[in-house]
Amino acid sequence: MTMERNEKSGRAAGGTGRYEPYSYFQLMEVSLRELLVEKGVVTEDAIAGAMAAMRARGPERGAAMVARAWLDPAYKARMLANGSAAAEELGFEVPGLKLIVVENTPETHNVIVCTLCSCYPRMLLGLPPEWYKSRPYRSRVVREPRIVLAEFGLRVPPQVAIRVHDSNADMRYMVLPMRPAGTEGWSEAQLAGLVTRDCLIGVAVPTLPAARKSAKPSPRKPARSKTPRKPNKSRKPRKS
Amino acid sequence: MSAVLEPMFRTGDRVRVRKAAPLGHVRTPFYIRGHAGVVERICGAFPNPEELAQQRDGLPAQPLYRVRFRQKDVWPGYRGSAADVIELEIFQHWIEA
Amino acid sequence: MIERSHHDMGGQPAGRVKRSEHAYDDWELRVDAMMMLLTGVTGMKKRMTVDELRKNIEALPPADYDKMGYYDRWVISLTQTMIQRGVFTTDDLARKLAEVEHRAQAPKSPKLAAGAGKKRAPGR
Repeated sequence: MTMERNEKSGRAAGGTGRYEPYSYFQLMEVSLRELLVEKGVVTEDAIAGAMAAMRARGPERGAAMVARAWLDPAYKARMLANGSAAAEELGFEVPGLKLIVVENTPETHNVIVCTLCSCYPRMLLGLPPEWYKSRPYRSRVVREPRIVLAEFGLRVPPQVAIRVHDSNADMRYMVLPMRPAGTEGWSEAQLAGLVTRDCLIGVAVPTLPAARKSAKPSPRKPARSKTPRKPNKSRKPRKS
Repeated sequence: MSAVLEPMFRTGDRVRVRKAAPLGHVRTPFYIRGHAGVVERICGAFPNPEELAQQRDGLPAQPLYRVRFRQKDVWPGYRGSAADVIELEIFQHWIEA
Repeated sequence: MIERSHHDMGGQPAGRVKRSEHAYDDWELRVDAMMMLLTGVTGMKKRMTVDELRKNIEALPPADYDKMGYYDRWVISLTQTMIQRGVFTTDDLARKLAEVEHRAQAPKSPKLAAGAGKKRAPGR
């Protein structure tokens, strides 16, 4: 067994250490899965297939839609009218997703949250970051969005209205950020490279690489990764 | 009875969320109950999640509205611009008739 | 009267947002995959709704809700839902859990379970 001690979950199980080196919840996962397979409800192949499909989803899909919208006003209009159809138009399958794309303008900045659980356009963008699911983000961004965004290093000027979207029911949301100045003549792929996951949630805006370097450093250095959702073999797991 | 209820409100209508505390699973956050806003769009109709959570079909489907609320109306002492808003999805059965 | 449930946290006081990232472990992705399959998102027969998943998460005691990781909550809720749906019984689960625990504790256990994956990450 190569498994390492799972301290956090082990404590949550009651602190007896009874299940170590596994967490109680990992044993529950194995139990649930084996029972479902024995009862003929799911197969291991179907689970592996669903995992692979989720790993293939990611923020670069949303970034591709944004870049297309920046270059093609007709596509942008279709995307604002029906986000899911616009995703499918670029070849991204989004079964069950009802996507609403909300557009940043010089007058309005949008930011997405789910206060009740952690709803996220996962069928397009993959699984959400840890902080999106955290109590501080879910609790505070609805009530003090300007302060929370400032904690992310994004200061929204007072003359720009903030529009918070609580994904509390059946729709899911993605932000269409503004195209940064100085990108005239850029290719679609170059433009897509500017659009991070955080831009699609609305806690960041696209900036040019030079501007990023000269930007004021945030108080604590965050672990920024473009692909936090892919725990593939070559990557060391990060502590959360 | 049809499996889908007809919308009683239109985009631009001012609506108020019921101030209720039902048992069980609900998708109307506590913080927005009792507040009034304006219908931004109609999202379609969806089975009632309160019934879906209890293993029933949730029909007839409830019209679902995106409602825009002014932050200054929702939060006492809100710190931000008067133009700041928050938008949520409100099922028809959560809107005061 | 229960006005606000513990999970319904919009507007509540809370600390600074820690910009944490988390590379999901295989077991967490398997829980996610089972949820997708059981709710029929990916074409299999629908066995439950996402609202049942949420209901059972919301039923967790507040202290446990806060302590548990995201997929800790999910796996408990999914399992609870399968019992409620009659897919398996409480007895089935007790027996299986004991068996899995026994396998996990066996010295040099070759395998916790089929398809369990070799690499497990610490920290969650």
